[in-house]
Amino acid sequence: MHQTFDAALGIDLLHVNQTGADHNRAHFDAWGITCMNVMSSPGAGKTALLERTLESLHQELAIAVIEGDMTTELDADRLRQYGVPVIAINTGRSCHLDAKMVAGGIHTLEHSYDPNALDLVLVENVGNLVCPAEFEVGEHLKVALLSVTEGEDKPLKYPIMFQEADCLLITKVDLAPYLDVSLEQIAANVRQMNPHVTIIPVSAKTGEGLEEWFGWVRSRSVATGESRSVATGESRSASAEESRRHAHA
Amino acid sequence: MHETDMTKALILTVRDWWEAQPGQPAIEKVHLTVGKFTCVEPVSLQFAFEVQTKGTFLDEAELVIRETSLIAFCHPCQAEYQPEIGLQYACPTCKAPMDDIRSGRELKIDRVEYAEVEVPHT
Repeated sequence: MHQTFDAALGIDLLHVNQTGADHNRAHFDAWGITCMNVMSSPGAGKTALLERTLESLHQELAIAVIEGDMTTELDADRLRQYGVPVIAINTGRSCHLDAKMVAGGIHTLEHSYDPNALDLVLVENVGNLVCPAEFEVGEHLKVALLSVTEGEDKPLKYPIMFQEADCLLITKVDLAPYLDVSLEQIAANVRQMNPHVTIIPVSAKTGEGLEEWFGWVRSRSVATGESRSVATGESRSASAEESRRHAHA
Repeated sequence: MHETDMTKALILTVRDWWEAQPGQPAIEKVHLTVGKFTCVEPVSLQFAFEVQTKGTFLDEAELVIRETSLIAFCHPCQAEYQPEIGLQYACPTCKAPMDDIRSGRELKIDRVEYAEVEVPHT
C-alpha cells in the first residue's frame, strides 16, 4: 500500500518559449527595432509580399529579414537580391519558428550587422496555419496572409492565427474575378473573432493594395511612426497577453 | 507535429520539479489543462507523451488531460456564451464579435501525483 501525494505546479506549457520571446522582444526594443511575424499557409504569398515590400521600402526603412524555411534557402535567396540582411533559419522538421530559433537569428544579426541601425525586422514564418500561432517569437505585431484561393472559411477553421493577427492581408486578389469567393465574407469571418484587425486586400502581382500595406508598415515602424506604444499593435498584443493570462488564472 | 515540442516542454518542466524533490518520487500522473481554443490536439499529445517518455523518469506516468471549453464574454449583452469553434464566434444573441475570451486558451501543467518515497526501516 502506498500513499499518493499531489503537487500543484500551475505552469504554462509554453512558459519556456514565452520567456524566450520576451527576451527577443527586449533585444528589439533596446535596438529600436519593430518586429513583425509574417504567417500564413504555404503558398499564400509571404515571400512575394516581402519581395515587393523590400523593393519599395528598403530605401526609407532599414529592414532585415529572418527567414524560416523547413529545409531550403530558396526563399532567402529570393530576398537577398534586394540588398538587405536575410538570415535563413532552417527549422528542419519543425513546422514553425520558435523563440529559440529566432534568438539564433538575432545573434547573427548582432554579430554580423549593426542592429542599432535597423528599423524593422520581418520574420517570415514557416508556411503553416496552425502551429506558428501558438509560438511567439518576440514580435511586436502579427501579420497574417490569406490568399483568395484558400476560401472564405479558413479563418473559421483555423481561428487562432486570425484571432491574434494585427493585420490581415487578403492576397492574390487579382485572381478573385475567376473564383467564387467573396472578400467581404473573408473579412466578416475574421472580424467575428478579431474586431480590431486591419484588413488589406492586396496583389503582389498587380500592386493593388500595396500602398496601403506599406503605409501600415511605415506607421508601425519606429523610425517613421510617432511612437510604437500608441500604435494599435502594442495594445492589441498586450490585451492578447492579458486574455491569455486571464484564461490561465 | 508541434505536440512533440509541447511534450518536450512538458517533460523539461516536470523534470525540474522532480529533481528538486527529496528522493525523486515516482510520478504516477501528470495533470494538464488544454483549452479547446488552442492548436493542441489531446490525442496527439497523449501519443507524443507516450513515445517521448519511454525509458525516462516519466515512463510509468499517466498523462491526464482536462479540456476546457471556449467561453467568451459579450460586453453588449453582459453575458457569457460558448462560441462554436469552426462555425461561429460572434455572440449568438447580438452578433457582436468575440472580443473577450474567458476560457479555452489554457495550456497548463496543473499538478502531478506521486508516490511516497519509501524510507527503508532499520
